[in-house]
Amino acid sequence: MKAFAALLDALIYTRSRNDKLTLIADYLRAAPDPDRGWALAALTGGLSFASVKSSVIRGVAAQRVDPELLALSRDYVGDSAETVALIWPTQGEAAAGDVSLSEVVNTLAALTRTNAPATIEAYLDRFDANERYAFLKLATGALRVGISARLAKTGFAQAFGVSVDAVEELWHALTPPYAELFAWGQHGGTRPDLATRAYFRPFMLAHPLEGTLPDYDAYAAEWKWDGIRIQIARTGNEVRLFSRGAEDISHSFPEVVAAFDGHGVVDGELLVRGDDQGGDHLGGEAGSFNALQQRLGRKTVSKAMLESAPAFVRLYDILFDGAQDVRALPWSARRPILERFAAILPPSHFDVSPVIAAPDWASLVALREAARAASIEGVMLKRRDSPYVAGRVTGLWYKWKRDPLTADCVLMYAQRGSGKRSSFYSDYTFGCWTEDGALLPVGKAYSGFTDTELKWLDNFVRAHTLSRFGPVREVEKSLVLEVAFDAIQSSTRHKSGLAMRFPRIKRIRTDKPAAEADRIATLRAMIA
Amino acid sequence: MADWVHASPEGIYVAPADLWIDPSTPKPFAAITHGHADHARGGHGRVLATPETLDIMDLRYGASPATPMPYGAAIEQGGVAIGFHPAGHILGSAQISLTYRGERVVVTGDYKRRPDPTCALFTPVPCDILITEATFALPVFTHPPIEGEIARLLRAQAQFPGRAIIVGAYALGKAQRLIMELRRVGYVAPIYLHGAMEKMCELYERHGVALGALLPAAGNAGEKLAGQIIIAPPSALHDRWSRRFADPLLAVASGWMRIRQRARQKNIDLPLVISDHADWNELTQTITQLRPAETWITHGRTDALIRWCEMNQLRARALHLVGRDEEDAA
Repeated sequence: MKAFAALLDALIYTRSRNDKLTLIADYLRAAPDPDRGWALAALTGGLSFASVKSSVIRGVAAQRVDPELLALSRDYVGDSAETVALIWPTQGEAAAGDVSLSEVVNTLAALTRTNAPATIEAYLDRFDANERYAFLKLATGALRVGISARLAKTGFAQAFGVSVDAVEELWHALTPPYAELFAWGQHGGTRPDLATRAYFRPFMLAHPLEGTLPDYDAYAAEWKWDGIRIQIARTGNEVRLFSRGAEDISHSFPEVVAAFDGHGVVDGELLVRGDDQGGDHLGGEAGSFNALQQRLGRKTVSKAMLESAPAFVRLYDILFDGAQDVRALPWSARRPILERFAAILPPSHFDVSPVIAAPDWASLVALREAARAASIEGVMLKRRDSPYVAGRVTGLWYKWKRDPLTADCVLMYAQRGSGKRSSFYSDYTFGCWTEDGALLPVGKAYSGFTDTELKWLDNFVRAHTLSRFGPVREVEKSLVLEVAFDAIQSSTRHKSGLAMRFPRIKRIRTDKPAAEADRIATLRAMIA
Repeated sequence: MADWVHASPEGIYVAPADLWIDPSTPKPFAAITHGHADHARGGHGRVLATPETLDIMDLRYGASPATPMPYGAAIEQGGVAIGFHPAGHILGSAQISLTYRGERVVVTGDYKRRPDPTCALFTPVPCDILITEATFALPVFTHPPIEGEIARLLRAQAQFPGRAIIVGAYALGKAQRLIMELRRVGYVAPIYLHGAMEKMCELYERHGVALGALLPAAGNAGEKLAGQIIIAPPSALHDRWSRRFADPLLAVASGWMRIRQRARQKNIDLPLVISDHADWNELTQTITQLRPAETWITHGRTDALIRWCEMNQLRARALHLVGRDEEDAA
């Protein structure tokens, strides 16, 4: 545990990417199996322990520290694990030697809700402040040491002189502590055989298009559907549905999994039936993202939900056709394979995202403008000769979104952020005026501002606080924020009856009096 | 209690003496606890302060009518006995005691209780009302022994002989303490200073704090200061100023460095937890030791200290003074 704690501590304060890679690579080479495999899982965000929730940790700490002082400290530090690590009353002097990372991981994995508190308490007493921090970060599953999963994998690649793409390709087929991966890297072993596993393959992603596309003829255009990007993989009898983040979400959409009777791996947009976006002339109707959202993150799906919001997939691409990996083929060759593949799938649950017939750039621009009325989010442009490659490669795929909508809103509440923004008031709730002059919240934004603007906003919040509710401050209703958002929908969740899609702070409008901010009615009129 | 002492957003007002303590705007008669700019401002009529603090104020604002009040000295004004006592925060820092009709109020100003080779050790002054700071009043703030932090600094220096070690430290107090702590463990090499540090270091020297060999950092761009320790104001770390040196390793000496995410926000390589303020244990131990009938809290994390007082059946309230620099100087 000491080596792992030292690694995390060093990573937190290391700014250069190369130095971070060196730290990770050195650790992965030096640490024993299976400790290093667990560490790699932790660094890539692949560990979670069901019985260890933040609330359990806070509960354990509240037995030893006054709960109110603990809450005030947590509010200030912006991170439960760090707060508890710092506030814990013993200093670990009694520690009898080191505990291995694997022992800690195995213990955490075996915890039940009943024995979790006592076990966690015993570890906290045994560790010093650094180990406590690493332990709590590990236990709650979010390390926040400023490295991405990609960087950790690159660290592995660097440690053992293999390519990071090869690591990515294997990654999702393997599970912690990645014994096969280390055997392959460290001991020059054979590459693990993936043929029989339904595993996730990294998505190909698009860059936003800025300006125009010089060689339009080299690209094919499709509508950009507003659902969630998914991958369905089937090898043998196992079917798995993966999200963008490689999370297995099969359980949330059982009807899609059941209906997928092809053998292969495809890429598409998960949507629900409805008439909010698209239309027959634009390749078929679908429900709004908002309608889909109610089905996300569910462990079980009720019958009523299956009936009220049935899901289907609009296919974009094919990666594996049951016989061969087709990713290296150009899009123009993959597309007919996809169409043949889709033809055997039930149309109730699968269709193919149509290619837009637009002979030149000008006609595409015109079609895109017209599609706004059908709530289409924008257009995708895919280079006809491009293979299917992981990540965002410049020049291959572009997303060309509609210009965002904007509204002038009044700042109402602010909440402290966490992680890099801990102790800054960085989460803003803003509202618009009703006809009788009341302000109702219409959305919440965490992004869009620069670091300088964040500091300014933080100062504004501190200097104009009306009241406090834990980490939230209510502020004087005097600051106008210009908010940009992709779309706005009716919603029963909010008192204003509105829900914004991806709101962000576009500008701080100190020049505009709060009374002149937009009205709810103006926003309602923007619902497409 | 003590209806003759009032807290206003501008400072603490002692009515019978018509005296303000650390006021944020110019007043005819002011008592100043110490020389940091958020406590000592220019433009007052007559000033009461320790000779060291007056010297610091003269350097910053030019000379003004003043009555020097060495530690232990007291004068009377409007029936109030006004006394000055060591606060252990920086050179010349004082607690101010106010005694009127048998009731005594002590204003700690900023203070710490650990020994500091650049200033006199804090002396506890019994009182009925303690007006205390609360900069680090959360139980997560326990400052480690300074020896360990100095050792970490020297380890980093040994580990990276090719890098200039730039330590961000407040120009008044922290910088000189850091230098003296380095000298105390036998570090005799010249220490390089940002221009903003030089005058204050000279002032400390004049008051008998022997800082050893100090050289200006300016004019030593590139590799010349590789492996050397440079002290600069925290604001210079991310300024072009620090880029002139070889692959600079950035350290900051501050109590806030205790919090990892805070240190990370500052984009530094080496956080040193060194503070000139009382930590949570010092704050609470001082209140326990003095057992004042009431504790008033001037600035910082007031909620937590009030909560602690409640838990210990002690009366406490927050004063909400404005303009106290919360986070940079600490």
